[in-house]
Amino acid sequence: MAGLPLYAQLINLLAAILLLLAFAMLAQRRVLSLIDLFAAQGVALTASTAIVAWGTGQTHLWFSAALTLVLKVFVLPWILYRLIRRLDVRWDVEGMVNIPTTMLIGIVLVVFSFNLAYPISQLASTVTRSTLGIAIACVMLSFLMMITRRKAIPQVIGFLSMENGLFFAATSATYGMPMVVELGIALDVLVGMVILGVFFFQIREQFDSLDLKHLEKLKEPE
Amino acid sequence: MIELGAVLAFPLAGGLVLALVGERRYAPAINVAASLLTFVAAAVLALRVFEHGPLLAVERQFFVDSFNVFLVALTAFVGFTTAVFSRPYMRIEQEHGRLSPARLRLYHAMYQLFNFTMLLALLTNNVGILWVALEGATLTTVLLVSLYRTPASLEAAWKYFILCGVGIAQALFGTILLFFAAEKLLGAEGGALLWTELDRVKAQLEPTVLSIAFVFLLVGYGTKVGLVPLHNWLPDAHAEGPTPVSAVLSGLLLNVALYAVVRCKVLVEGAVPTMFAKSLLMGFGLASVVVAAFLLSRQKDVKRLFAYSSIEHMGIITFAFGMGGAIANFAGLLHMTVHSLTKSAIFFAVGHAAQKAGTQSIDQIRGLVTQSPMIGWGLALGTLAILGMPPFGVFASEFLILTTAMREQPWATPFLLAALGIAFAAVFSRVQPMVFGETTVRRLPHRPAMMPVFVHLALVLVLGLWIPPALAAWYREAARLIG
Repeated sequence: MAGLPLYAQLINLLAAILLLLAFAMLAQRRVLSLIDLFAAQGVALTASTAIVAWGTGQTHLWFSAALTLVLKVFVLPWILYRLIRRLDVRWDVEGMVNIPTTMLIGIVLVVFSFNLAYPISQLASTVTRSTLGIAIACVMLSFLMMITRRKAIPQVIGFLSMENGLFFAATSATYGMPMVVELGIALDVLVGMVILGVFFFQIREQFDSLDLKHLEKLKEPE
Repeated sequence: MIELGAVLAFPLAGGLVLALVGERRYAPAINVAASLLTFVAAAVLALRVFEHGPLLAVERQFFVDSFNVFLVALTAFVGFTTAVFSRPYMRIEQEHGRLSPARLRLYHAMYQLFNFTMLLALLTNNVGILWVALEGATLTTVLLVSLYRTPASLEAAWKYFILCGVGIAQALFGTILLFFAAEKLLGAEGGALLWTELDRVKAQLEPTVLSIAFVFLLVGYGTKVGLVPLHNWLPDAHAEGPTPVSAVLSGLLLNVALYAVVRCKVLVEGAVPTMFAKSLLMGFGLASVVVAAFLLSRQKDVKRLFAYSSIEHMGIITFAFGMGGAIANFAGLLHMTVHSLTKSAIFFAVGHAAQKAGTQSIDQIRGLVTQSPMIGWGLALGTLAILGMPPFGVFASEFLILTTAMREQPWATPFLLAALGIAFAAVFSRVQPMVFGETTVRRLPHRPAMMPVFVHLALVLVLGLWIPPALAAWYREAARLIG
């Protein structure tokens, strides 16, 4: 790492933190802590975007850093907190697979992601190219989290953290997408979250619970 | 230029106005009017493109060529007829006590916004905005699928949201990779996500990256197309949502998602000169046709039955685009058009039939023709058309696809023929007793809207006998573009 400039080393550090947070989310049982972890992921993402902006002089990345800070550190966690308070659900999350097994599957996924990223990062001209593997790993781990959780809110947090991973992939491999696209994506995420909020209340009203086992009735007729 | 703005402005403004005015007696009329204006604007735009050729507008952000212009016209047309149909349909639903005024307000506003997102996806030249618009299309329809708030509809909407959300996240990653490959050639500023620019430099794009990108894009957008094995959300969303929503999901959204796949395929083909993209499309297409055909014979719910039929037809079209070449692409585009028209007509008829019987269960809908000949015959003719009976247009396109398959991919022909045969037996044997025989259905409190059904079927009939030269020229031009 000696040959890398300081900002590139910082980004590698933040990438490692993102990966750790993704594993922590996978292992976390309590839903409130899960939201904190999600916000922490937002902080790491903001910091890494800002550092790329500072290190490479890409001014539009300052805007996406600001957007990330507002949306992922404040607005989305706030909506999630409010939802949990209003719905009065503070139950622990029970996964379908036990935690050690999930972690082992997670490690396999990380190895797979690095293999997938290798040919792509060979071609990248950005200084941050080595982090692409971590970005893919974050997407995969969030995906795993969505598969292994049965309650609605953890699934949604998994979904949002998958978007974090994708955003990190965009900044680390290409210095960010054009602004108009990033704004569009942010709008979609926000609208999606609001719609999900409405949707949670509908589910609760109907089933008195947010356990997704109630949502497994639609099957093919035998 | 102004037409292009109007095509997008009318549904957007319509959606906002309908959200503001709420549920009034005239809200359905505003809905119809906004859709009609959109359709008129789309028709003018189509004429313009027909006369002056492809159109780039607003700093290259919008692009209309022969491939998307007919889809824009088709989307606006079916959007309009569905609005006409939904007027009496939703009124009957309200009188049956299934919907409150607040939900109708949500329905009307979201219906227009859904049309807006689809038209935006078709018209944009920016691959990133295409993604944003398709995600927007999911978001606007989630609350429509759960409109009745029954346990089953909530489950269907949740499944729809999560599966399509995860799917489309894969497509975002594919888009990032595409941008990554293009940025080196086009620079980060401006052009690297514009399809026309990408198309210009496609031969120099990095093949490895493009191959990986295409897998993600195909899985992502393919989830929305309903390709097997990513189709799980589709039958539930169609069966549990209100019928006008099923009609536009099947008739329009699947087309728009497939359009996104094909646009990406053009770029990948330019960069990767092997059979890679073609084989993937053919594989997914054929799997969808075969699996859907077998699942058809197990269905008990009439809307699920036709939802599986949509998966089957999307599979046929994907397979056709996978084969490529002038004839197969031509047939694929024709099939997109006729499937869209026929399937929405069938859903209109099925919707009223289910209202008359008070259930969507096939076993309890009997003898439609004796009680109301229009609905009965509409359903019967629509079913014959979708099953590929001559002289309807579906026959023409399926015939072209099959003959091309025999010549170019002979191994696939037996699978296709068997699947079409099984689908015919499954659907016909279920629909026949629904239409004829001892009747179990009752009268409706309002006159059903059967006009759209017959207009659609007439168009499909015309397309089966004679394709207007202008349309044929578009299809040929688009078929050449797709490659």
